[in-house]
Amino acid sequence: MTWPEFWIVVLRVLLTFALLLVATLINVWAERKILADMQSRIGPSRAGPWGILQTVADGLKLFFKEAVTPRKVELGMYLLAPFLAVVPAFLIFMMVPWGKPFTVAGNEVALQGADLNIGLLFILAMSSLAVYSVVLAGWASGSKYPLLGGVRATAQAISYEAAMGLAMVAVVMFTATQGEGGTLSLAEIVERQAGTWGDIIPALEPVLQFVPRWNVFPQIVAFIIFFIAIVAETNRAPFDLVEAEQEIVGFHTEYSGMRFAMFFLAEYVNIFSMCAIAASLFLGGWNGPTFEGSVPAIISGLLPTVWFLAKTYFLIFLFFWVRATLPRLRYDQLMQLGWKRLIPGALAWLVLSAFVISFRQFGPPWGS
Amino acid sequence: MGLIKELIKGLRVTGGTMIRTIAGDELVTTEYPKEMRVKPQRFHGRHVLNRYPDGMEKCIGCQLCAGACPAQCIYVRGMDNDPESPNSPGERFGYVYEINMLRCIFCGLCVEACPTEAITMTSLFEISTTNREDAIYTKETLLMDRRGNVPHMFPDDELADLDELDTADGWLRATAPAGVAAYEGVKMWQDTPGPADWSPEPSQEERDRKTGDDESDG
Repeated sequence: MTWPEFWIVVLRVLLTFALLLVATLINVWAERKILADMQSRIGPSRAGPWGILQTVADGLKLFFKEAVTPRKVELGMYLLAPFLAVVPAFLIFMMVPWGKPFTVAGNEVALQGADLNIGLLFILAMSSLAVYSVVLAGWASGSKYPLLGGVRATAQAISYEAAMGLAMVAVVMFTATQGEGGTLSLAEIVERQAGTWGDIIPALEPVLQFVPRWNVFPQIVAFIIFFIAIVAETNRAPFDLVEAEQEIVGFHTEYSGMRFAMFFLAEYVNIFSMCAIAASLFLGGWNGPTFEGSVPAIISGLLPTVWFLAKTYFLIFLFFWVRATLPRLRYDQLMQLGWKRLIPGALAWLVLSAFVISFRQFGPPWGS
Repeated sequence: MGLIKELIKGLRVTGGTMIRTIAGDELVTTEYPKEMRVKPQRFHGRHVLNRYPDGMEKCIGCQLCAGACPAQCIYVRGMDNDPESPNSPGERFGYVYEINMLRCIFCGLCVEACPTEAITMTSLFEISTTNREDAIYTKETLLMDRRGNVPHMFPDDELADLDELDTADGWLRATAPAGVAAYEGVKMWQDTPGPADWSPEPSQEERDRKTGDDESDG
């Protein structure tokens, strides 16, 4: 590795990190503002224009608050849990390509934290790891309600991660037919969604040339299952049983100050990265018209990032919309939806798409 | 399928509300300290002690308000006026006047009991204090100054209409030694900080005209 390459790696990790932090600041504000609008309120309006600096004010306040440590905590785990929440949350987003790769002085710069060839597996691993923080925080607090929250987190994560993984598998299988060989790298999956469906199915080109080649069209069921699963995975309403302010206050009841802020930060980082992953897997990531040649190079270079953010924020808006609309599920309803609807649904869809893919590749089984 | 139908129905409610709120049609909250809602006319806010337009205190220290108060939060002690420089147009004036705002239930019976309209309720409502002593309003806090103001949260806001204050009100015109008994079309007291808008008292002649038939019959 040469020095320029080294600095490019450092720079892109820092850029990804900065993007994530800024997006989180905006997410918290956007959620409060959108919820306020949906409830006929004004929402944050004092800090900065339209209250956009509200998160900064809240963060500073939490930073200077005393972090109280209750007497009955398991100290080691209690202190470790907030970090266990934040680190996987940030690592997940490192896998997501948030712009078109470009070349500077002969060096390829991918706008992505790191392009692992097992990207999707890494994402699944990290999102499972994030559950540990919730369980440990609940258990180490030495208090009954946080413990309840932690126990709920385990059950919820196991049920919904299965559906999420199965939906991902369907996409991976489908992507394997769209290029040479299968891939688990998110960058590769995004690149295979470039263009329109008209290029793939020439027979219907007049209509399909306006339909982008996103995975959401052939994999709509997987998309719906994946979206429901990531809402549950990030512990958002209506699946926020882990937090459930009205009944058990949540797994972070005994946390205060910056330690609490880290759980909060992790939640919003997770929302952003999960929506970014959904946008990359199903909505074509940074793919979109760049108008190359007709606009300055800097604009056509930035447009992919704009498309990526637009798609991600569309999904995040859906998160907020659903939160403002639906009441929290009861525990048995949560389990029913997970085990009786989503997992069988995801399995059936997986088998169906496997059948269609092999049919298209090898011809009908009754043939030669 | 029924579930999905209900889901879409719910999403339409919240989405529609959002659009209407952004358009400004459905916003129900205000940015409170910056902009305040208009209070209803008969709002029971904190009390003030009024003055006559010539600067005399209206309170005559009769203690009727203290007697009427169901919470027993008013303490009044009257004193004889100095004939040379009287505080009130009557024989006596309210020397000590205290209202314990922690006990007051804002029923307004003191206002109804007062024979001279000395005590009235305003639309001021920001009366929280940081210690219990400050919650006992003395004459200093209650008595309005010559400009119709009492100490309150927003000293820059004029409480009373000055033109209104400078006009002799109906009661004064009727009862002053040089007053006129017919006070046609004159309001009985000021709009603010008194109890909102009252219609003018009918004139003596008008009243006679109305009751005249009855008298001739009897």
